[in-house]
Amino acid sequence: MKPAKFDYVQAEALDEALATLRAEGEGARIIAGGQSLLPMLNMRLARPAVLVDIMHIAALAEATATTETLRIGAAVRQAALLARPSLHPLLAAALPWVGHAQTRSRGTLCGSVAHADPSAEIPLVLLALQGEILLRSARRARRVAATDFFTGMMQTARHEDEMIEAITIPQPRTGEGYAFREVGRRHGDFAIVACAAAAHATGVRLAIGGVADHPAARELPADSAQWDDALDAFAHALDARDDLHATATYRRQLVRKLGRQVMQEAAACRA
Amino acid sequence: MPRLSATQRHSIRFTLNGTPVQGEAEPRMLLTDFLRHVLGATGTHVGCEHGVCGACTVQVDGALARACLTLAVQVQGCEIRTVEGLAPAPGRLSILQEAFRRHHALQCGFCTAGILMSLDAFLRAQPDADEAALRDLLSGHLCRCTGYAPIIAAALDAAARLRETAHA
Repeated sequence: MKPAKFDYVQAEALDEALATLRAEGEGARIIAGGQSLLPMLNMRLARPAVLVDIMHIAALAEATATTETLRIGAAVRQAALLARPSLHPLLAAALPWVGHAQTRSRGTLCGSVAHADPSAEIPLVLLALQGEILLRSARRARRVAATDFFTGMMQTARHEDEMIEAITIPQPRTGEGYAFREVGRRHGDFAIVACAAAAHATGVRLAIGGVADHPAARELPADSAQWDDALDAFAHALDARDDLHATATYRRQLVRKLGRQVMQEAAACRA
Repeated sequence: MPRLSATQRHSIRFTLNGTPVQGEAEPRMLLTDFLRHVLGATGTHVGCEHGVCGACTVQVDGALARACLTLAVQVQGCEIRTVEGLAPAPGRLSILQEAFRRHHALQCGFCTAGILMSLDAFLRAQPDADEAALRDLLSGHLCRCTGYAPIIAAALDAAARLRETAHA
């Protein structure tokens, strides 16, 4: 398995990358860490005419935290973020489940968001925390809520001439609690079901990955007596399918059981 | 902003196990193929070619990387370490390699080069790594011969000996 032929542009500045995207349209693909794109290239599921390498654009390699938000640039690698002394507890819980140490060392957070695999952890966390995706083209910049960004199986609201410049997630708030759990065949495999929960005073926001064709989130009531019914309704709304890894029935059962566990854990650690 | 043409070969230079190397590659050439076919460094093995099996794991500027998920053009100017760079001298094995031999941590050896590169980097960063951490690291590698138990034993043994060496 070898990639088909492509030109390779090593962009030194954001403008250069954006100009190439504008000129080439759908023939161009951004490459950052390459840990999702290279398998697609090797299997020839993607055949871009030109790859635009953004890892040499210094401004994109920064993760900056304010009291309100954490902004993660497009060239920030998963391992680099995980090594930070303080990190949002939900990201800290989910990142070790992203691939393996051998891929987190190169893979970026924004790359995983752009790839939008339905079982991926980083899109799930972004959705649970109601983060935003900062898109930029040569024409304009815009912010899209995670809730509106993931539109289908590896489909997003990104236009062909746009790239993800950064993602932002709100910093942990007082009175909120967070939890993450995932079930897969082996650690590091694609999740059969992944759950992320953010509990607050008036309810719990639960995000589910690996079931529908893109991650989905719901606000569930704070009263745990209502959770079983609410989780059952959520599980059935996700349009689970049978595949090689699990049946739809098993996936729905995981949503009920794993969903309840993360909701309990998130509610229990509300600070 | 250099644009490298798909149909031409371009000069790639980096440091391989401390020695500057140079070769030519189309943009689409994987680092695995560059190492093996252009440079003749066949210690790095090629298994699945889509990042799952871990046989091709190398170190790029000290960080672990699947060479099959890395383009040769991406490592221009980098420092690459492969299994050929582990032994301290011809005819001698590193502490980690010795432990693998002592514990029979390999049979066919196909996965071994990648596993050694992962453990080499990991034990340097986390000399006190416990079995759970090692198992987590090894989840990024497939071995179909050993059942992993002797690999864990070798890694724990090597970690203990490396700690002794560091304190000596």
